[in-house]
Amino acid sequence: MQTVTRDALIDRAVSLLSDGTVDTVLGWRKGLFDYDVTPSTFKTVEDLRENLQWDDHCGANFSKYLIAQTKKTESKVLVFLKPCDTYSFNQLLTEHRFDREKAYAIGIPCDGMVDAEGNMLERCVNCKSKKHVAYDELIGEDGEVLESGRFDEVKWLESLTADERFKFWQDQLSKCIRCNACRDVCPACTCEKCVFDNPKSGIENKAPASSFEEQNFHIIRAFHVAGRCTDCGECSRVCPQHIPLHLLNRKHISDINKFYGEYQAGAEVGQRAPLVNHADGDVEPYEIFDGGDVNA
Amino acid sequence: MQVEGYKPLIVAFCCNWCSYAGADLAGNNRLAYPADVKIIRVPCSCRVNPMFVLRAFQRGADGVILCGCHPGDCHYTSGNFYTRRRMAMLFSMLDYLGIERERTRVEWVSAAEGAKFAATMNDFAQTVAKLGENKRLEDLRCKQ
Ligand code: SF4
Ligand code: SF4
Repeated sequence: MQTVTRDALIDRAVSLLSDGTVDTVLGWRKGLFDYDVTPSTFKTVEDLRENLQWDDHCGANFSKYLIAQTKKTESKVLVFLKPCDTYSFNQLLTEHRFDREKAYAIGIPCDGMVDAEGNMLERCVNCKSKKHVAYDELIGEDGEVLESGRFDEVKWLESLTADERFKFWQDQLSKCIRCNACRDVCPACTCEKCVFDNPKSGIENKAPASSFEEQNFHIIRAFHVAGRCTDCGECSRVCPQHIPLHLLNRKHISDINKFYGEYQAGAEVGQRAPLVNHADGDVEPYEIFDGGDVNA
Repeated sequence: MQVEGYKPLIVAFCCNWCSYAGADLAGNNRLAYPADVKIIRVPCSCRVNPMFVLRAFQRGADGVILCGCHPGDCHYTSGNFYTRRRMAMLFSMLDYLGIERERTRVEWVSAAEGAKFAATMNDFAQTVAKLGENKRLEDLRCKQ
C-alpha cells in the first residue's frame, strides 16, 4: 500500500494541466491486470482521471522519458518521481540530457514496489534512500537516506572462489536472450547510438551465440554505466530472465566506493563521475585485490 | 596444468610514446622476450577501450597486458590516469566473474626501460603459461 493516494496525484496533475503549467504528464497507465502497468504520457484531464494508476505496481522510473518528452513540447512536462527516481533525474541533468526548465518534478514518497507475482522488488527490499534529491514540489512527507544491505550479496560473491563465481555467472548470464530491455530502460544508457547497435561490431542485437557474447555484453554494459549508475534497479526489474543485473552494477559501485571514496551517482547535480576523474596516488590495477599485488 | 610446449599468446597494448619505444629499446639491446607477445601500438594507454581487452581474449589471447607511460609522464598529461582507474575497475569485474586475475595486467614502462619491458614480458608470459589456455573468455567460433 502506498501512503499517498492516487487521488492526490490526479488532483495535482489535473490542476497543473488545467492552468497550463504543463501540457504533458508522465505517469503509469492502467492495463488489463493490476501488474500490467505501462509508462505513458497523458495529455487530457479525462485520460488522467480514468487511466492513471498509482499503487504498488508503479516501479517504472520516468527520468529517462524526459529526454524524449521535453524535446516534444514548448511547455513543461510533469513527471512523478519516487525517491530512487530522483537520483536518475539528477544524473541526467549532470549529463545535460534534458532541459531542467522543461520539467516539472513532483516528488512522491514510496513504500516499496512489487513485481508481477506480488513480491517486493529487490531494489525496494534493499532501498537505499527514501529522500528525494530533486523536485519542484513534494506530495507527502520526505524521508531519509537509508542504511541498506545492498552490498551484502556482492560481498558474498566476492567471498567465493573464482571457480564458484565463474559457475554462478555462467548460470546467470546464459539465460540472457539479449532482448536489450536492461539497456533500453536504463536511465544511464542514453547514447543515441549504442555500441551494441553497430552492425559492424559483430555483437549487434542478436541472441548470444556463444558464452563469450553473453559475458561481453554484460561486462561492457556494466562498464559503460560505471560511476553513472545510480542503482535505481530498473535493469533487474525489467529483465524477463530474472538475471540479477544489480550484482554487476553494485560491484562497480562498491569498487568505486572502496578505491576512490564514497560516491553516489545523482546525489547532486554537477558531480564529476569517478571514471572521468583521477587523483594522484590512485590505486594501481595490480594493487586492487586483497592480499596486495597479484603479480608479485 | 602446463602442457608440454604450450606457448601462451599474449597481446600487449603499448603506448606509442613510452612503452612502444621501450620495446624498441629492448630490441636494439637484443634483450629476449617471447615471440608470442603481439604488440599493438596505441597512441596512449587510455585509447584501450575495455572492449579491446575482451576482443583480444575472444580472438584467442591467453593474456592481455597494457603498457603505458609512468603516471605523471603521459604525453597527453593525464591519459594514463584514466587508464589506471578504468583498468582497475575492469580487472576487478573480470575477477568477479571468475576469470583468472593473472591473465590481465597493467605495467608502466618508459622509453628508457628496455630491460624492464623485456623482464615484464618474460614474467607475464610465464605467469600466463602456468594458467594454460584461456577457456573462460574464449569464443569457440574463433578457434583456429
Ligand atoms: S533484460 Fe535480461 S534477458 Fe534482456 S538483454 Fe538484459 S539481461 Fe539479457
Ligand atoms: S544500470 Fe540498472 S540500476 Fe544502474 S542506472 Fe541503469 S537501470 Fe538503473
